[in-house]
Amino acid sequence: MVREEVGEIGRDDMLIDGVETEQKPNNEVPDGFNVNYLKIYYGKFFPYADMHKWMSYGNDGKHPGCDQSYFGRREFSFTLDNDIYLRFQSFNNVPELENAIKEKCPFKIDIGPVYSVDPAKRHAYAQSGDNVFTPVERELIFDIDISDYDDVRFCCSGADVCPECWPLMTVTIKVIDTALRDDFGFNHILWVYSGRRGVHCWVCDGKARRMTNEQRAAITEYLHVHKGNENSLKKVTLVGQSLHPFLGRSYTEVLKDFFEEKFISSQNLFSDEERYEKILEMIPDESITSELRGKWQDNKRVRDDINVVRWSHVKHLLQSSKHKGQGIRKCVEEIVFTFTYPRLDLEVSKHMNHLLKAPFCIHPKTGRVCVPIDPKHCEEFDPSGVPTLSKLLEELNMGALGTGGEDELDNTSLGESIRYFRTSFLQPLLKSCKEEIESSYTAKIQQSKNSLNW
Amino acid sequence: MEIVGSRRKNSSFSSADDAAVVSTIPLYRSAPELEVRLDDFELYAIHRLRVLKGISDGLSRGKKPNEMENLTKELWKVNMRNSEASEVANKDIISHYVLRLVYCREEELRKWFLSMETTLFRYRFQLETTDAQRALLKEFDLPYKAVSNAEYESVKEKLNQVVRSIGQPLSSADTIYYKVPFEQVPDLVATRRVFIFKGYAYVAMNQVVSLLMTQYRSHLSKALVLTNRKWTSMILEQEKDRLTPIVEALSTSYLGPDYSQPREYGEISLKDIDQVAKSSFPLCMRHLFEKLREDHHLKHGGRMQLGLFLKGVGLKLDDALAFWKAEFSRKVGAERFDKEYAYGIRHNYGKEGKRTDYTPYSCQKIISSTPGVGDHHGCPYRHFSEENLRAALDKMGVGNRAVQDVMDKVRNRHYQLACTLTFEAIHGASCDAGINHPNQYYNDSKNILESRVRATRMVDTLMYAEV
Ligand code: SF4
Ligand SMILES: [Zn+2]
Repeated sequence: MVREEVGEIGRDDMLIDGVETEQKPNNEVPDGFNVNYLKIYYGKFFPYADMHKWMSYGNDGKHPGCDQSYFGRREFSFTLDNDIYLRFQSFNNVPELENAIKEKCPFKIDIGPVYSVDPAKRHAYAQSGDNVFTPVERELIFDIDISDYDDVRFCCSGADVCPECWPLMTVTIKVIDTALRDDFGFNHILWVYSGRRGVHCWVCDGKARRMTNEQRAAITEYLHVHKGNENSLKKVTLVGQSLHPFLGRSYTEVLKDFFEEKFISSQNLFSDEERYEKILEMIPDESITSELRGKWQDNKRVRDDINVVRWSHVKHLLQSSKHKGQGIRKCVEEIVFTFTYPRLDLEVSKHMNHLLKAPFCIHPKTGRVCVPIDPKHCEEFDPSGVPTLSKLLEELNMGALGTGGEDELDNTSLGESIRYFRTSFLQPLLKSCKEEIESSYTAKIQQSKNSLNW
Repeated sequence: MEIVGSRRKNSSFSSADDAAVVSTIPLYRSAPELEVRLDDFELYAIHRLRVLKGISDGLSRGKKPNEMENLTKELWKVNMRNSEASEVANKDIISHYVLRLVYCREEELRKWFLSMETTLFRYRFQLETTDAQRALLKEFDLPYKAVSNAEYESVKEKLNQVVRSIGQPLSSADTIYYKVPFEQVPDLVATRRVFIFKGYAYVAMNQVVSLLMTQYRSHLSKALVLTNRKWTSMILEQEKDRLTPIVEALSTSYLGPDYSQPREYGEISLKDIDQVAKSSFPLCMRHLFEKLREDHHLKHGGRMQLGLFLKGVGLKLDDALAFWKAEFSRKVGAERFDKEYAYGIRHNYGKEGKRTDYTPYSCQKIISSTPGVGDHHGCPYRHFSEENLRAALDKMGVGNRAVQDVMDKVRNRHYQLACTLTFEAIHGASCDAGINHPNQYYNDSKNILESRVRATRMVDTLMYAEV
């Protein structure tokens, strides 16, 4: 998958070693991604201890309610240089995790569920019969990929993204994040840049981790509005007299403004016939569409943005046609939803045993670090500004790395991401995990006391 | 709790002397201490099984909730009545517990039973009077309280928005809502039929059945696991002369709709059979049929698959014997047929051997069979080479474009979808429920063809009238 990009290894090696010897005048590291860079990244940058703390969910503490086997039952999987795929790796502590990663130098690390037994020993258990090997906990995860929006973006396609279409991801984060917090009451949510063309979401509340597949599917369906009909562009049909409060809120608070103020202009949705025909196709009323076509035919120059003007024509006609009934007036919303509403990869979210790439991996095609995204400031996130492997190595060459300890990475461009991860995600998460462990332990003690009294 | 109006007439399930506030639906929380005659043991179970199979049939045909409600009512009435009123309740409970024994022993069986029983519960509940529903709700002893007036006022607007969004009439102010963790009502969450706030779903009184279903299901699910343990550790051995054989026999019955009794198209006679095979047999049966005509022989797997199918189609035992004999005797002679093969056919019709009523094979069973050399049974979409399948489809008259679509499905191993597409291509009509059973294929095909015959007759009549 990535081999063709590995090259010029020998020369770069020296440069990197230069850190310890003398500073070379030129600290630049050639762009790109290769095994040797990756080795250094895993040696100096990857936040093993933080990952371990996260994945332990408080069970690495001293409290008698802690489940010491917890972290060891988590599946990790590695994709190696030559596309070799190692599943069901498991580790008991930070050093084991760290050594394995440093030794194998995986191009990609995926995180799976916590199983009933140590996944590395699943075969042994299978024989004993009693302890079935089955996933017992898993974060609720979402995977959103911008290539799923190819029918509504005209700036790029496939794996490419640019500042014109990336905001679709921002919209996704806002809509989903709000629903997860306000509707479902989740608090510990981590958004991560996938390194290239999308975002991942990890919902880590205890309640979320312990959900059944059925419950995961319910949330996923709740959040899902597109119906996969390849034959028509209109992929959203809204029924009923009004929108469900969740959809209504998403529409008024996020989608509508984004569509009208940014998207129609940035994608030139109405600039030429081919594009606006796609939208007219979504309107099931001949008289309206022909009126609009007539209006737009002469192509007369307008002072304002033509996209905005034409969209206002559409809205005006659709919403003023009182005699036409619900179906027509809802068309405005359907168009906006079709273009901007989040498109989720449903299967990933519905099942406990799906794997998802770990944060802080490096994307082998872009060399970018999969850094967390703060949903509160997701508009400011710019994929092209994400630290890259070569940038980090340059900084290393310039001596930006601290001398060990917690804040070692502070002065590198990864520093901010790590700080965010720790203070905004990890600390509150671990605090609530501790409380949960304590309270369930007390409940258990209480219960056994009660049963003794009987 | 405040009771708002009565939405329904008296339940048809209720026995005559039913007190108004008692529900007739037992929750099956503890095994009955009842004396059961062995005959009843089996009979009751079969009757309940008919109800469950009917429900499963209805679901797989995509029946809507109100149709399901009527269907359930009908099935229950037909199968579960008893001349003595007191026996009605006993029969309900006994049959449920017997089927627990039958269906506890494998994951697949458990799943099926669980989902059919839960569905049965759902519609029975909906058919109860409001009073009886409340009584049952109490019996469940759920830890949820009705939303207080003050809280209701604060979220009223959102609740009404949900009601409008699912196209229901606005509820009156005294509608009761329960606030429950959203995890308890996944079906309502998935379809956005509830307002959800900070992890809690506001479940209206008329949606409460979802909540109860979750409870009912989880209780039954746990119970089935326990029953299974008990079965393997005790009952199996203790009852090996009495219950075990009955339970085993019950559990081999096929899980889908029952096609062993040709219901929809009464009969098929020998003189029509070739014609009908061409027009309405699915490929798997057509292939067997043609091979039989060609080779005058089929191996065991083929005889079973085709024989039971023909039984389901409505071929009577005598005709079946004649049909098979006509072919086989050309190859092995009439005498050998009578000696070696007639038994098997009579057996299929339940005339020989014991108790087992052989039901026609479902697609699932056929698809998962493993035909060997010289066998012609199985599902062509799965077991034919691409080349042979293309040729067969061509022969059936499936157009080029459609063949492509079919092959696509086959490549993705969606054999039943491939079969559905074939059906649609040949009949020029859609088959929304999909093909799940060769006899369903046959019935659906007949349905379409007969209605066309009727239609052309109409046209003929009209045309003559005009002349
Ligand atoms: S899908 Fe079912 S009906 Fe169709 S050919 Fe296969 S087994 Fe026969
Ligand atoms: Zn773009």
